[in-house]
Amino acid sequence: MTDVLLQVEGLRKRFGGVAATDNLTLDVRAGEVHALIGPNGAGKTTFITQLMGELTPDAGSVRFAGQPLEGLDTAARVRLGIARTFQITQTLDEETAQANVALTIQAHQGHSFRFWKNAATDPSLNEPARRLLADAGLAARRNVQVRDMSHGEHKQLELAMALASEPRLLLLDEPMAGLGVSESRQMIDALKTLKGRIAILLVEHDMDAVFALADRISVLVYGKVIATGTAQEIQADPQVRAAYLGEGDA
Amino acid sequence: MADIQNTVHKVAPAKPKNVRSHLLIAQLIVLLAVLPYLANLFGQPALVSLATRIIILAIAAASLNLIMGYAGLASFGHAAWYGLGGYVVGILYRHSVTGDPLFGLPIGSDQMLITVPAAILIAGLFAAIFGSLSLRTSGVQFIMITLAFAQMIFFFFVALKAYGGDDGLIIRRRNALPGLDTRDAMVWYWICLGVAILWYALLSRIVASRFGRILVGVRQSERRMAAMGVRTYPYKLVAFVIAGMGGGLAGALMANHMRFVSPDMLHWTQSGEFMFMVILGGAGTLLGPAFGAAVLIGLETVLAAWTEHWQVILGPILVLAILFTRGGLSGLVRLVRGGRDD
Repeated sequence: MTDVLLQVEGLRKRFGGVAATDNLTLDVRAGEVHALIGPNGAGKTTFITQLMGELTPDAGSVRFAGQPLEGLDTAARVRLGIARTFQITQTLDEETAQANVALTIQAHQGHSFRFWKNAATDPSLNEPARRLLADAGLAARRNVQVRDMSHGEHKQLELAMALASEPRLLLLDEPMAGLGVSESRQMIDALKTLKGRIAILLVEHDMDAVFALADRISVLVYGKVIATGTAQEIQADPQVRAAYLGEGDA
Repeated sequence: MADIQNTVHKVAPAKPKNVRSHLLIAQLIVLLAVLPYLANLFGQPALVSLATRIIILAIAAASLNLIMGYAGLASFGHAAWYGLGGYVVGILYRHSVTGDPLFGLPIGSDQMLITVPAAILIAGLFAAIFGSLSLRTSGVQFIMITLAFAQMIFFFFVALKAYGGDDGLIIRRRNALPGLDTRDAMVWYWICLGVAILWYALLSRIVASRFGRILVGVRQSERRMAAMGVRTYPYKLVAFVIAGMGGGLAGALMANHMRFVSPDMLHWTQSGEFMFMVILGGAGTLLGPAFGAAVLIGLETVLAAWTEHWQVILGPILVLAILFTRGGLSGLVRLVRGGRDD
């Protein structure tokens, strides 16, 4: 068996009468892009918030690199090597793009109980931040306040921030949502360069992106994984066609 | 970094911004240093005492600004640390005069080098205790719990008849400082000014440091901080304690300045006044709280001399100032100096 990085077993989460996550079992192997697709309301974001420790599941287990994550808060999980992007981007809007990335690097370097040295002029923060922004195609925009940046740039910035913590697993919550055609292509190219180095759980509606990137695809419907396989296997699966892909054809 | 700011500020400044603000601060310090002479020159010696009061309050407001302006934690109990600092000075003075033991120990002092650090430490200690509990909440709950803690301390001192209760404690002589005559109004002014400059310098380092960056991040998005792998609680707690220590420092100076402490220093309206100074001056800016303290106390003094119903006039002025200056007086100053792009 290939090296499994993230192992989710029998995960359950109910909100009142609704099962948002219903006996969800899934794994992400080291270095693979595993896409998670499913209709709106299938529980994809709920699943990610549970993986990050923002929501506590009712039952089931999540193991990362063999270590159970139960009881760990979000910060602890990030320090283990899990990073995420948000469907609705969460950035520090009053700061520049570079300050956002630099702060992530700062957090990754250890505690911040340092009261004296100026952080804004610290080359150990700014140089890697510039490199990451250049990789994300934001080199020219690094000194712009985030609130003045476009939606597409926010998405690129979030990816750069996620990479700043040098994760082993990246949880991407709809990185293409709201992007234009060329922005989407840029994002796909950026993610392709990560393939093989960082494992990615890709939640996405854009099927072009999914087919371009994913090694494996899982289909989530009503909180349950109804199929997992390669792109061809998923496209051929009658259950998936009925539940999900058929929707687009209609 | 200078290049960051130059790009953000579309109007290219004549000099790099940090040079200009250093110049502004240097000018301000020189002006403040010669202020007692100017006051005497214009035949207004009472101005020295008023300026001392503003400077002391500016220390307290700047401390509140660290948590409220930078970290976005609106504490409505800042008077607690201010009053505690004052009472430490008052109580130590009382024991130095009577010679009675305190908690069975021969404690008592009228030496500023002992009383002021003691006030800072005691205020910091209580801030650590109360902060560790109140920082488990956020938003309106945080405002209310800090207010409740401050009220607890207020009522404790109201009930504490041994130290004057409602009437407070009189300090007959200002604390002594080796080599300086603290009873001289001008010397005392310069001492307070020196302490304030040191405190503001310290805060300016803190807010620019890695620690300060975390606080600013906390204000903008706790969720993002968690996603960066930062557990924010310890940082908020340390900031809360630093703010408490600054409040204690200001209270210790004020007790010396007025030669009197009373539960008034702990009253919730005092907490509100500190918040006003921060908001009026510009929350999250270094010098904002000092401007806020100067304008608020200045207006109070001018209006109170004019009519006994001064609050009726002050209220609308404050409302208008906050509505129309966006970002407080610091925002207005920036606007006038032509640096802002939004």
